[in-house]
Amino acid sequence: MQFFFEVLIGGLLSGIMYSLVALGFVLIFKASGVFNFAQGAMVYLAALSVVGCMEKGAPIWLAVILAFLVMVVFGVLTERIVLRRMVNQSPISLFMATIGLAFFVQGAAPLLWGNQPRGLDIGLVDEPIPYILDTFGIVVSRFDLAAAGIAAALVLVLALFFQYTRVGRALRAVADDHQAAMSIGIPLQHIWVMVWGVAGFVALVAGMLWGARNGVQFALTFAALKALPVLILGGFTSVPGAIVGGLIIGASEKLAEIYLPPLMQGVLEGNFGGIEGWFPYVLALVFLLVRPEGLFGEKHIDRV
Amino acid sequence: MFYRETGQFKTSYGADQQIFPIRQDRIGVGLVLAVAFLVVPALAGEYWFNAILTPFLIFALAALGLNILTGYAGQLSLGSAAFMAVGAYAAYNFQLRVEGIPILVSFICAGLTAAGVGILFGLPSLRIKGFYLAVATLAAQFFIVWCLTKFPWLSNNSSSGVISTPTVKILGYVFDGARDKYLLVLAIVSVMALMAKNMVRSKTGRSWMAVRDMDVAAEVIGIPLLRTKLLAFAVSSFYCGVAGALYAFCYLGSVEPDGFSLDLSFHILFMIIIGGVGSILGSFLGAAFILLLPILLDVLLPELSSLLHLQLQGSTVSHIQTMVFGALIMFFLVVEPHGLARLWQIAKEKLRLWPFPH
Amino acid sequence: MARQIGDVILDLKNISLRFGGVRALTDISFDVKEHEVRAIIGPNGAGKSSMLNVINGVYRPQEGEIIFRGEHRHNMNTHIASAAGIARTFQNIALFKGMSVLDNLMSGRTLKMKANFLQHALWWGAARNEELAHRAKVEEVIDFLEIEHIRKTPVGRLPYGLQKRVELGRALAAEPSMLLLDEPMAGMNVEEKQDMCRFILDVNDHFGTTIVLIEHDMGVVMDISDRVVVLDYGKKIGDGTPDEVKNNPEVISAYLGTQH
Repeated sequence: MQFFFEVLIGGLLSGIMYSLVALGFVLIFKASGVFNFAQGAMVYLAALSVVGCMEKGAPIWLAVILAFLVMVVFGVLTERIVLRRMVNQSPISLFMATIGLAFFVQGAAPLLWGNQPRGLDIGLVDEPIPYILDTFGIVVSRFDLAAAGIAAALVLVLALFFQYTRVGRALRAVADDHQAAMSIGIPLQHIWVMVWGVAGFVALVAGMLWGARNGVQFALTFAALKALPVLILGGFTSVPGAIVGGLIIGASEKLAEIYLPPLMQGVLEGNFGGIEGWFPYVLALVFLLVRPEGLFGEKHIDRV
Repeated sequence: MFYRETGQFKTSYGADQQIFPIRQDRIGVGLVLAVAFLVVPALAGEYWFNAILTPFLIFALAALGLNILTGYAGQLSLGSAAFMAVGAYAAYNFQLRVEGIPILVSFICAGLTAAGVGILFGLPSLRIKGFYLAVATLAAQFFIVWCLTKFPWLSNNSSSGVISTPTVKILGYVFDGARDKYLLVLAIVSVMALMAKNMVRSKTGRSWMAVRDMDVAAEVIGIPLLRTKLLAFAVSSFYCGVAGALYAFCYLGSVEPDGFSLDLSFHILFMIIIGGVGSILGSFLGAAFILLLPILLDVLLPELSSLLHLQLQGSTVSHIQTMVFGALIMFFLVVEPHGLARLWQIAKEKLRLWPFPH
Repeated sequence: MARQIGDVILDLKNISLRFGGVRALTDISFDVKEHEVRAIIGPNGAGKSSMLNVINGVYRPQEGEIIFRGEHRHNMNTHIASAAGIARTFQNIALFKGMSVLDNLMSGRTLKMKANFLQHALWWGAARNEELAHRAKVEEVIDFLEIEHIRKTPVGRLPYGLQKRVELGRALAAEPSMLLLDEPMAGMNVEEKQDMCRFILDVNDHFGTTIVLIEHDMGVVMDISDRVVVLDYGKKIGDGTPDEVKNNPEVISAYLGTQH
């Protein structure tokens, strides 16, 4: 039973990392209806920028600020060069464009900062917390717990930002109805740049946490692939959905990885590791069939 | 000047509904086929067959498959490579396990197997659309590749799922040279492209496009949504499956599940975006473009860097390739969402009026 | 007029439709007779389009009964409706934007075509003959609506008025026995309206097609319809000949507003 809880808690904590990436998706989707496949590539770019600046001799706080600037510039350029020119195209076209964007970033980021995998030290260590280990006999990583705390703080800050600032209100207005927002004088394009900036910031936080844990390397771009089932589960427009979805995916994939192969080996021969590669997707798919709008998504009525 | 339809009057609906109603087009296509079947085999060398022509045809077939699903029926799929994998492994297993099965029959069976799997993963399309469906096809991508790696029976117990294909033999004739295989692939692809064209210009294709353009209206007309979508999934997967079988049997000779990665799926998607979404010709143009671009960059970049006195590393070239792919996708979607096929069409329209544009 | 108005072919009884807590239609009953032109009018949001959607099965009402040609149903579905010869147009044009006018019209005949995809792929005799036979039928509709010159144009490139006409054409291509028209003249100028009126009356006259239409232009409605049903806030407030409806005090108050 202890082992079960250990797996469960480890899964939940890693799920928070997925939530962080999913959060970036949700922000952009809510505000502009763009399903931004490049969010994973942005995580990679952000983390690489931090590491790159530090290699050039910048202290970590400066590196973070510089990396944030990189993300803002990236957001502005994306909006100017690509999205603004595609306003009349179908959501699927926009989605495909962000796949192109992801490829572009995946090629450009290592050209800019070098492609060798690097470590990132943000002052957190990946070791069991002695107190919990002694009392419950469960290994809970100090790093994971701190990461969870940071993610929670980030969500709180975003929630407050959306609820109580002028920009936040404008953002919600744009998310609700582009044309109505425009007609009352909200500058749509500024808002989009702002959203990409915020999404860049979320990517930065996610990139630093993932980078510190697993090293800053190309595999960070796969973060996007983990975040997709999270979105399906949570709904594309729901911030709480992204969090809860992340937790569910994180926990279930770790549990599946541990507990499914022995079950399968009872029936079939073979080595069934690597289930976590597809399990979230199949889980999301099954979930979709039952509840297509996601856990927290809004039910959509087609008008004819 | 030469590309004119003036004076070519149609006296029956049959004449008006030919594949190529304009005489010059018919001559053009005939010429291309003649060159492909007769001139190319006589002139091209081993490298051309192995590195360019055969893979071009196979990828064009896969792109054609994806185009049927995404371009015509409007269902975005990110799992084409997985359906190719199903085809490759199914053909291998039919050859291995069914005594004396002719290779062409096993290719067809491979396509049918892929179609079955495609229907299975297409079922959610009844309830979900757009991005949601795209994510569902990602499930197919990861799940299928995982199965092929983990179930040893599928690869006849080879390590990590690698399979080596037997020699291709039809009616006692062994296709072992690069030229032979090219001709076989060319024949299969030509026939399948013709069939695809026939489907999209008849009721089948109209139903797909109706579902793509306005599903509620399609339903009201009496087009059954689920059946139409599933047919698109099945036909599309059949094409991808046959392409996968050819990929294994006539191109690489030995494949592993990881070769059919998400990256390959994306490349096939890029082919139809650049070539032309919803265009048979576009599938071919896009496949040629995506295949030739890396080769071109491989040649050009070292030249360019030595001109600028820069050091060029191997990884840099691949990074630049990725970047250029991404940039081109965005460029085409912004500037010409209908891709090269549309540019070709515009060129033809211009040519019709040339030299008197008014 | 040569046409003879026949028996009731569509009878709607106590239809109620809700979306969540919103009541779109409340306890509505009316009937449609064969060969007649039946209009549904009412202020915006009265539930007119919902009514059409109930008739051809896009929406499923929670309560009520639909009797079409003697068959009792709790609700329609689009497949039964289209197979039974009910065709329709939409308020916001619902053409297939990526297809040519010809293909849009051909798609209207989908239900009448029997060849399967394999025959299509091979373009075998049966499939080819079928395509050509239906092409000939579609050409008749094209002639009728006077859209010969645009038959190969993608509909997305056509002006609004022509798109409306093509949409009517797509519905006609199915050779329907009942045609549901949702604001066929919305947004048109006088000339286009006249054309459209002429087409609608011709269809009714030549083919005996029963027509149920929603329209805001009262002049047109009173001119071309045999009977009118009036909805307001999802309830039926009037039903009868144009003259009866015109003099119905409840209808007048719904349109002009009265002090309560």
